[in-house]
Order: sequence, then structure tokens, then C-alpha cells
Amino acid sequence: MEIEIDGKIAQVPDGSTIMDAAQQVGVYIPHFCYHKKLSIAANCRMCLVQVEKAPKPLPACATPVTNGMKVFTHSELAIKAQKGVMEFLLINHPLDCPICDQGGECQLQDLAVGYGGGASRFQEDKRVVFHKDVGPLISMQEMARCIHCTRCVRFGQEIAGVMELGMASRNMHSEITTFVGRSVDSELSGNMIDLCPVGALTSRPFRYSARSWELARRRSISPHDSVGANLTLQVKNNVVMRVLPRDNEEVNECWISDKERFSYEALNSPARLGRPMIRVDGVLREVAWNVALDYASHALRDVVSRSGGESVAALASPQATLEELHLLQKLTRGLGSGSIDFRPRRRDFSADGKLAGIPWLGLRLSEIQDLDAALVVGSFLRKDHPLFAQRLRQLSKKWGKVSLLSVTGDDQLLRLHAQRTVSPAELPLALAAVVKAAALLRGEPVPAGLENVEPCGVSQVIASSLVEGDKRAIFLGNVAEQSPQATLLHSLANELARLTGASCGFIGDGANSVGGHLAKAFPTALNAYDMFAQPRKAYFLLGVEPELDCHNPQQAVAALQAADLVVMLTPFADGSAREYADVLLPISPFSETSGSYVNCEGRVQSFSGVVRPFGDARPAWKVLRVLGNLLSLAGFDQNSSEQVRDEIIAAGTEFVSGLDNRLAALPLALSGSSSGLQRVADVPIHFADLLARRAPALQQTRDAAAPTARMSGQTLNALGLTDGVLVRVTQGAGEAVLAAKVDETTPPACVRVAAAHVSTAALGDMFGAINVERA
Amino acid sequence: MAILGAINPMLSVGLDGDNAWRLADYVKRDGYSALRRILESGIGQGDVINEVKKSVLRGRGGAGFPTGLKWSFMPRSFPGDKYVVCNSDEGEPGTFKDRDILRYNPHAVIEGMAIAAFAMGAARGYNYIHGEVWEIYERFEEALDEARAAGFLGRNILGSGFDFDLFAHHGYGAYICGEETALLESIEGKKGQPRFKPPFPASFGLYGKPTTINNTETFASVPYIINMGGERYLESGKPNNGGTKLFSVSGHVNRPGNYEVPLGTPFATLLEMAGGMRGGRQLKGCIPGGSSAPVVPGPTMMDCTMDYDSISKAGSMLGSGAVIVMDETTCMVKALERLSYFYYEESCGQCTPCREGTSWLYKVVHRIEHGKGRADDLDLLGSVTTNIMGRTICALGDAASMPVQSFIKHFRDEFAYHIENRKCLVPVDVQRAGSGFFTATA
Amino acid sequence: MLTPESLKRIDREIAKYPADQKQSAVMAALAIAQEEQGWLSSEAIECVAGYLGMAPIAAYEVATFYNMYDLQPVGKYKLSVCTNLPCMLTGGVDAGEYLKQKLGIGFNETTPDGLITLKESECMGACGDAPVMIVNNRRMCSWMNPEQIDKLLAELK
Repeated sequence: MEIEIDGKIAQVPDGSTIMDAAQQVGVYIPHFCYHKKLSIAANCRMCLVQVEKAPKPLPACATPVTNGMKVFTHSELAIKAQKGVMEFLLINHPLDCPICDQGGECQLQDLAVGYGGGASRFQEDKRVVFHKDVGPLISMQEMARCIHCTRCVRFGQEIAGVMELGMASRNMHSEITTFVGRSVDSELSGNMIDLCPVGALTSRPFRYSARSWELARRRSISPHDSVGANLTLQVKNNVVMRVLPRDNEEVNECWISDKERFSYEALNSPARLGRPMIRVDGVLREVAWNVALDYASHALRDVVSRSGGESVAALASPQATLEELHLLQKLTRGLGSGSIDFRPRRRDFSADGKLAGIPWLGLRLSEIQDLDAALVVGSFLRKDHPLFAQRLRQLSKKWGKVSLLSVTGDDQLLRLHAQRTVSPAELPLALAAVVKAAALLRGEPVPAGLENVEPCGVSQVIASSLVEGDKRAIFLGNVAEQSPQATLLHSLANELARLTGASCGFIGDGANSVGGHLAKAFPTALNAYDMFAQPRKAYFLLGVEPELDCHNPQQAVAALQAADLVVMLTPFADGSAREYADVLLPISPFSETSGSYVNCEGRVQSFSGVVRPFGDARPAWKVLRVLGNLLSLAGFDQNSSEQVRDEIIAAGTEFVSGLDNRLAALPLALSGSSSGLQRVADVPIHFADLLARRAPALQQTRDAAAPTARMSGQTLNALGLTDGVLVRVTQGAGEAVLAAKVDETTPPACVRVAAAHVSTAALGDMFGAINVERA
Repeated sequence: MAILGAINPMLSVGLDGDNAWRLADYVKRDGYSALRRILESGIGQGDVINEVKKSVLRGRGGAGFPTGLKWSFMPRSFPGDKYVVCNSDEGEPGTFKDRDILRYNPHAVIEGMAIAAFAMGAARGYNYIHGEVWEIYERFEEALDEARAAGFLGRNILGSGFDFDLFAHHGYGAYICGEETALLESIEGKKGQPRFKPPFPASFGLYGKPTTINNTETFASVPYIINMGGERYLESGKPNNGGTKLFSVSGHVNRPGNYEVPLGTPFATLLEMAGGMRGGRQLKGCIPGGSSAPVVPGPTMMDCTMDYDSISKAGSMLGSGAVIVMDETTCMVKALERLSYFYYEESCGQCTPCREGTSWLYKVVHRIEHGKGRADDLDLLGSVTTNIMGRTICALGDAASMPVQSFIKHFRDEFAYHIENRKCLVPVDVQRAGSGFFTATA
Repeated sequence: MLTPESLKRIDREIAKYPADQKQSAVMAALAIAQEEQGWLSSEAIECVAGYLGMAPIAAYEVATFYNMYDLQPVGKYKLSVCTNLPCMLTGGVDAGEYLKQKLGIGFNETTPDGLITLKESECMGACGDAPVMIVNNRRMCSWMNPEQIDKLLAELK
């Protein structure tokens, strides 16, 4: 189709709108309700343009292009229509931009400069709209500013998958609201603030703390999950004031999760560690950096010389940068230890050494939209990976058959093709059933070990969705990775991929779950679990809080308390670190250091610090480098993080090589079903990492509610309990007292007790037997 | 009797008696013979549409779009579901004809819809009935039960293999649902907010499927067209204005009510049928096509004939055939204020010019009526209407603007008087006497 | 919270629509809920939404859009008086005034005994019968002159 817009010729595909064509040739048409990611509403009427032969002006956002169409966006007719609309938008809008939080970044304000009149002809009383309280993240205090574009409503319906905001009533009394006093709880809700073209929906934590023109905009990368959302950090007076998404169609599109948006509050938390500390006579004291580093290096050398290199173990967060992980593993190995890991939540490491390459997603994020079918195995999906889940949601709305095999029936707010919920112990059997169904469908021999598996109806539905169509994918989620049968699940998924032709991969439980492999921060001796199961003399911790981040916090804390030396590199001074750490070294979170993350698809994303480090905190790569020097280890002479990175990957690498999910053939040994109560442990979205845990607004959300012991009504009855009673949950020596809660999404004979929360930190493994009794 | 008067009637023939609406009575009046003939004689879908085209039946809901042409827009070979929908959401002030059709002749609508469904290959239909006429909705449900029981609806109708199921859906107080895409949204269980077109319902209608929507009277006319033939139907009206039409006459006449007359009947004749002007007073103005149509001054109106073309020449629209008669006791400012309030209240709130503009119009007219008018208000009203018209998603914006423009155009002096003197030109006691409320007897 | 009878009536409405379009029955379901309970509380709206598998806010949008739904309690009888132009010309406004005077309340108010709520309403599609009014959204009363209104009020106890 050829179309002429203001004399410029555009060639556009059939089905394009005038707005599409205008954007292609760089003609700006004013608009409010139109948004490239949302359905077309055509309600604001700001984009009215003149079309040759049309008697009336037409909305560019909704008018399909016809061949040979001539469009005039600045003709007298068009401008008159646009000015007319602007006048209508302004008659009830408060004309007090100087006191509006949106002032300076308001689309209405910007366009009013061009299309608004100098004075108002409207002399009647303005509309009064009551404010609403919709929770700690979004402020709806000034709803008189709303221009009814319904972007927020459409976002909920179409992107977040849950309609929480609607436009109630009609005529000029129409108003955006939640259902009588409800809060907005979607984990993607903050995007509505960005979408709101005026000052109606604003960020509650940011509100009135800075003016947009005072803020410097700096590029960064999200440290919160394996998608690696691209961020803009807005800075004033060396403080991160606000976090916004930075468009990257291939990664996060134009969205970020609330965790990514509001975690910045933790960067400015009073809990930040500003000075190094060492334990002297049982008490932590602030010391100068040289003292702390000397102390740490001597103490480490002492342990090594007394008990051998293997008496030291190092554990890093998968949120650590590529550079930090690289230097940490060098340091650990330099001390003579192979006990280094970056996967604290993992339990089954039997795949280590049998991997053909670095485990990854198995395809690019941008390829998800073209899949015909996808199977997600063992995942809390939208609470583990909000943006990844969002891509699957869009896929499920188009044609993709998305199925979920997991340990709870949480509503994923996406149209699932098939869903099966089983206990964690039965997850391999459930996946095996799909494998067998696929083998039978394909007429292939049934893999050894699966002879006695009976594929149920759902397994067959899933299997047949995976054998049809061009592109299909299997995704292993956090539960599958953290399972004590992780390798079996991996093997089964590979087998299913082989039988169906689908890709197979891991979503990844951290920002650097691929990068950690690349940096070789994995063990050649004790892994993240065994290093605590077989206590070491000394521990080196990087950005990790073992009581919240480890698979078995009870075991980890016991080992740390018994150790001679615990050196901790952390941005925070609170938490139980104070009980077991001997050396606390203040390091920079992602906003204060340069570094790189390699996301789940193998994309290298480097970033720079956007503010100076807090207090005496230093980038961890520098701390590690100096420690390496003090320990007289070789290979610690880098002058920049870029030099560190270049040791791992060639400069300019966009996607890393060596990604491969294949696994040496292992027997598919399905164990029998377990008896007794089993624990289902989720990592609640706002407790998942150091920053989110310390972000006050996030901690007030519904997602941050204190954990309960959730079980089906039947399980509850069998235990002689009732909804709401206090129960004592025990694993080994540790216990937690929680409220029992009926939750029919939990499988039979299972109790869902969240990990990563102080109230459950005394418990043991995330999986396996758990005891529940009335408290 | 339902229809108070008629000339060459069709729809209103034989509607005497309490049971006229029942299936048995309808069958006695030759009811369902058109459907039977089509299904039993092997008349093709295209033949039915051609017959309707020949009749030049124009949509009776207000827009006057040729019905046969509309039917031919439905994709014939579409593989999935298709729908026919009847618009009985009659809420345009002045219009009350569909209520009487459904009350006294519901099976004509059912038969018309079944024929339409056959012609367009639809297997399911809905009749959207104005919520305020609840008794009519309940009666229609009963008529549907009768038709189903008699095999005129449901599977394999009259053994022909043709399936058609029809259901009633009620509104609940929203004028905008008379707009066809708002009506579809409403059937889908949403707010009645009109959709942007294109796509048109014929390609993307109810539940996203091809859909044809016609007015009650339009569907009710179809069996008569099939029975008498399209050409004879056309001849009973005027060229380009086929058939008879129901006119709802309200306001200052002696016998307000529905009258079925051939299109082209002089207005004076219609007024006479309606018993003439109340109290022998003069016709001050007339809204000839429902409240959205521009008002026509009395003398001009007296020269009109009641058809699409003549009324259009007089600067107004035949619309739904709702004739609102206003005599000299009417304050035109107050009349406009009430209409402006109506459009302001009924604006769905979706698009900017209508949501904001209708409230602005009302507030200004309200001010004038209440003695707070300003000298430049009339120009302001004119300018605001220009900014609304042609810029909204649906026609409500235009509908709200046309009364304002036409009232001011034809009765500008009265508005100016009101602004200047802060009171009505027609004394309030005269207005009150004109309503006849306190002098009327049962 | 709705009675089994009401749910059965809602089921009949649901059956009118394709199996995957339950939401189509929301207007009828809300009307049924209101008929049972006299008005639409948030709980009633949420109950209907849940029954039809809709978001509560989506049902709330519908309940607030159509003006025959009452989101506040009303009297035993709700009298809706049409004052639109055709009715106004023949006494609709006067009928409203007459009622206000008789009942001692204004529009959108309820008599102290909780018997009658008065509402001003838009066109009911019965202009030939003007002035018209509707009792409880169901019963239309035509040609309402003072005598007829007195008769109606005497009947509403």
C-alpha cells in the first residue's frame, strides 16, 4: 500500500493505520489514547487528520490505510479538529501545571502548548473527581486530571492479564477506579503510571520528590531477574529517585515489573552498609578499608595454611555481575578451593560436569511470540518472571498453546491450553507422562525407565500440542531447577524436546544465571548445598543472605555460625549477617558499579554506575581485585571492569557462545511417590532479592504479605486444623509459627510455606518432608 | 387498538383484540406464510435479498439505510457463526412505535428475523429490547416460546434443515445502546460504548462475527414484502421511499399515538389523523424524526410530506419517524435545555468531544434558561457544536448538536430575549397551561 | 449470597448465549440480583461477577453505566418519572412536581417511611402515553394526570 502523508510517501503493509504510516515517515500526529502495545480505542480524538475525499476528519490511530490515500496532518481542517479536541480536554482539567507532579513530563501539557488556546472559553464549574487509594505503588490522588484515555484499563486487560481498573459510570461523570476500594495488585501495575499521559496516575513513592527536569537519565540493566530488563535510572543529587523502563523490543519491550520499578528505594535505605566492619572481641566495629582488607586476607590465608584450601568456600548471588563472579572464582581457586557456587537455591547438582554447554533459555526472548506451543515445567511463572510470563500471555492470546506443569495452581492470568498441578515429588513423574505420551504419538520407542508410566489425558493434550506446528518450546522454571530431582527433570525435558522437536531451556533464577556459568563460578569441589552440609572453616559470601537465599537456610546458618571466619561482601548492614559475619565489606549495588549481566537468552548487557557509591562502599570487583593482590594471587591486575569482562568474553559480544542444554545420557530413574506432608516453597516476588526485601513500598503490597501455611481444605481437615489457626511448621530442628490458610491451588498432602522470608528462615530444605501441627 | 390510525396499513392490520399478539392470531393473519413459502418452495438466499432490495425498504431505526443492501454486505461464505440482531432499544425521545409493534405484532418481528437469518445464513439472533418497557420484553419472551413450540424457531425449521434460534436481551437504561455497535457491546455484557468503524458489524459484529442489525419495524416489514412482493411494497410508498411507515406523534396534539401511513403522506394529513393541535393552538415547531433531528418551524413543517426526501429538504431528518409537536405555549429555550440535558446524561463518556462537549452545551443552555445567559453564549454554543460534530466515534455527538444548532437558528430571537430579559418569552403560566397536566382527566 | 431461585434464573439467561460468552448475561443477572435484594450492593455485584467469571470491576462498570441499576438502597417502590421533552410538553415535569409535593421529597430521595423513592428519568419509549412513569423498573403507568397519580399512590403501600 502506498500512502502520502503531508507530501511524504510511505509504503505500508495491508492493515496498517494512518498512525503506523505516519510513524514510518517520521510525521508526528498528536495523540493520547493510542499506544503501540495496546488495542486501539480511538477515544481521545486528538489524532484527527484530514483525509482526501473524506468529509470529516478521521482518527489516524484507527483509520486503515487504503492505497493512494492522501493524508494531511496539518491542514486547516486537521488543526481545527485537533485544537477543538484540545479545548474539550482542557475544560475540565485543572490548569495548575506548576503544582502537578506530572508537570514537565506531561503529554497533555506538551500538546497544550501547541494546540491549546491562550484563555479558556469554559466558564462553568469544573468536574470534581474523588481520589482513590489503590495501594502503595500507584497514586490516584488527583483523578480530576484524568482525560479518560483508558490506557490504564486496557493495560490491565491486555498486558497484565487482569482487569483491576475500569471506567465506571458514563458521560462526563465517567471515572477510572478499582472495584470499590480495592488495591491494584498486578506485579506489572507500575507500567500504568508510565502509560498515563497526564498526572492522574503517578508513582506514589516518587510523588513530589523531584521535578522531571531536575533528573539525569542514566541507562542501566535490571538485576532482578533473568530477562535483564533495560532500565533508565533517574538521578538527582547522586540519589536514584526513580526507575523507568527503557524500550528494548527484544528484551523487555517497553515494560518493567513493579519489583524492577520500586526496588530502588532500597538503594537509599538506612540499612546500607557505609563502612567496613570487623568483629573484634565478638563485636562488629567500623574500621578503615585497609584494616578490613588486611584482616580479611590474613584471616583467609591463616585458614588455608591451617586447614587447607578446601576449608574455604565461596557463595555468590546469581545477581552478582559477570565480573564479580569471575574474580570471586579466581580468588577462591587461587586460595586452593574448588568450593564456589552462585546457585544458592539449588539442591541437585548431579548434572554438573555432564552439561554439554551453558544452560540457557533455548531460544531468544523475541522468538517467544512466534511459538506455536510452549510447556512450562515447575514455575511460579508470573511471580518468578513477570515479563517472561507477559510474553507467554501475549502468545496465548494469539494462537500459542501454553501449558503449565507445576506445583501450585496459581492463576497465571494467561489462557492456558492445559495445566497440571502435582506435588513437587511427583513433578518428574508428571513430566515423564508427557514424554511417554509424546513417544506414543510419534511412534517412537518409549524411553527406558518410563515403561510403567501411564499418560493421563492432560499429558496427552500437552504432548500433542508440542508435536504440532513449527516452533515449540519447553521451559524449565525455578521450581524445576531448585528441585532435588532437577537433573531428572532436565533429562526428561531434553527427552521430550528430542521426541517433539521443541527447544528446551531454563528460564533461570537470577540476573546472571547464564553469566555465572560463563564466569566459571561453579564448583569443582563442594557445591552451594554441600558447602554447608559439610561445614567449612571459612566462608566468603558475595551479595547473598544465606538465611533467606539458600535452599536450606537452617543448615547454612548453622555452618556459618560455627565457622572460624565469615567474610561478607554486602551493600547492607542489617539482617542476621551481624550474627555470623566476621568481616563486612560494603559493596555497591548495580546502581553504583559497572558490570555485565548475561540474560537467559545469552545476551550480554553491560552497564555503568549511575551514582557514586554510598558512604565508603566500593564496587565488588574492585574489592575482589584488591583482595587478590593482598593474597598475592596471579591475575588480579585489571584496571576496569571492562578489562575483567574481556577476560571472559570478547569485547563487543552481543550473544555469548557455548550455550547448550544437552546433558550426557543419564538413566531416567523415577522414584516412587513419597508419603507424608511435602513442602511447596515459593520465593515470593518481593522477597526474592536483597533490594526488593528492603524497598518499603513493595513491602506494603499484597504480594509482600507475611507467609502462611497454605494447604487444601482436605489437607487442612486431615490435619485437624481450621482456616486461620496458628500452626507450628517444623523441618528438622527449625520451626516457624504461621497461620494456616485454605488454598485449593495447593496440591493434596502439600503445605505451601514460602522461602526467603525471615519468618521461615529457621526451616530446612525448600522441598521434602515438613511437619505441621496446631501451635 | 394499538395503532390509532392508518392509511393502506400492513403492520397494523387486524391488531384488534387482546390476543392479536398471540401466535394463533398471527397465523390467522397469514403469519409465518412468508417464512413457510421460502423454506418450502426452495427460494434461494439471494432471491430473498433481491426481493428486499426491490422493495427499497429503508431502515426504520433512523438512519434510513437500504435494508437489502445492508443484507448483501454479510459475507455469504463465512465459515463460522453469523448473527442477526434486532434493535428494539427504542429510547429516542418521541419514538414509541417499536413498543407497539412488539406489543401487538411480535411474531411479525420473529418471522422477519427468521427470514433475514435464512437470507444471510445466520443461525442465531438476538432482539435487544429497551429495558424500560419490561412488559414488552416479557411478552416477547412468551412469543418466542410460542414460535419455538410451533417449530418456527429452533432446529430444522419446518423440516427444511434451516436452524435459527432467537433470544431476547433486555437493556437497562442507556439510550446509547440504540447505536448498533453499542448495542452489540451491551449484548456482550459490557458498557454500551460504540465501536469505531471500520470494521463494520457485517465483518466484525457480535462476538467478532459477521452481524446484521436492523430496527424492529424493518424486520416486521419483511414478511409483508415477501408476501406482496418487493415491487408492490415499493409502490405503496414513494419512489426511493418504499412502503408504509409508522409515525409516533407526541406533544401538543389531541390524539398522540402511532399512525401507519405510506411514506409521502402530507404532514397536515398526519396531524389531522392525530386529532389536530390541542386547543386549536398554532404549530410553533416540530421535530419530525426524533429528538436528534433538527427542529422545523411550524409553517415550513405544514408544507412537508412525511418521507426521507421531503423532510431532508426542510433541513431535518425523517429519522425514526417520531414527530414531536410543539405549540405556541412552548418555551423553546426550556425545550432545548431538556434535550441538551438528555444528550449530556446519555453520552457514553468514551470520546472526548461528546463527553466534554455535551456537558458544556447543557451547562450553557441551562444557564440561559435560568436567567444567567451571556451575550456571547449563542455564538459559543454554535462554536462548541461545530467542534463536536463529525469528530466523535458515533452519531450521538451530532445528535446532541443538531437540536442546539436548529433551535438557535430558527428561534434565535427567543433565545436572545431570554438572555437579555432573564426570563421566558412565553409566560410561565402559559407554558404550564399548555401541558394540560392539571386540566387533563383520565 | 443470591437465592437458588435467582441463580436458576441467571442460569436461564446464561443459556441464551454461546457457551464461552457467559458475560453476556451480566445485565440480566444484575437485574435479577437487584430484583431480589432491592438494590445492588458491592457484594451482589461481586457475586454476579464471580458467577459469570468476570472481573468484579467489569461488572461494576456495567452496573454504573446503565441507569436502571440502583447502587444505593431505594424505597420499597421506586417511581421513575419521565421528564424528557415529549413528556414535558404534556405534563411530565408537572407530574414530577406534583409527586414531590405530595410525597414531600425531591428527586433521588426516599420518603421517611422508606416506602417511595422518586427518580427523574430519561425517555422510556412510550411518549404517546405521556406523562409516563415506571414503578420498580417493571410496571409502566401511562397518562399520569393528578387523578391517576393519586390512585397510584393510594395503591403503593
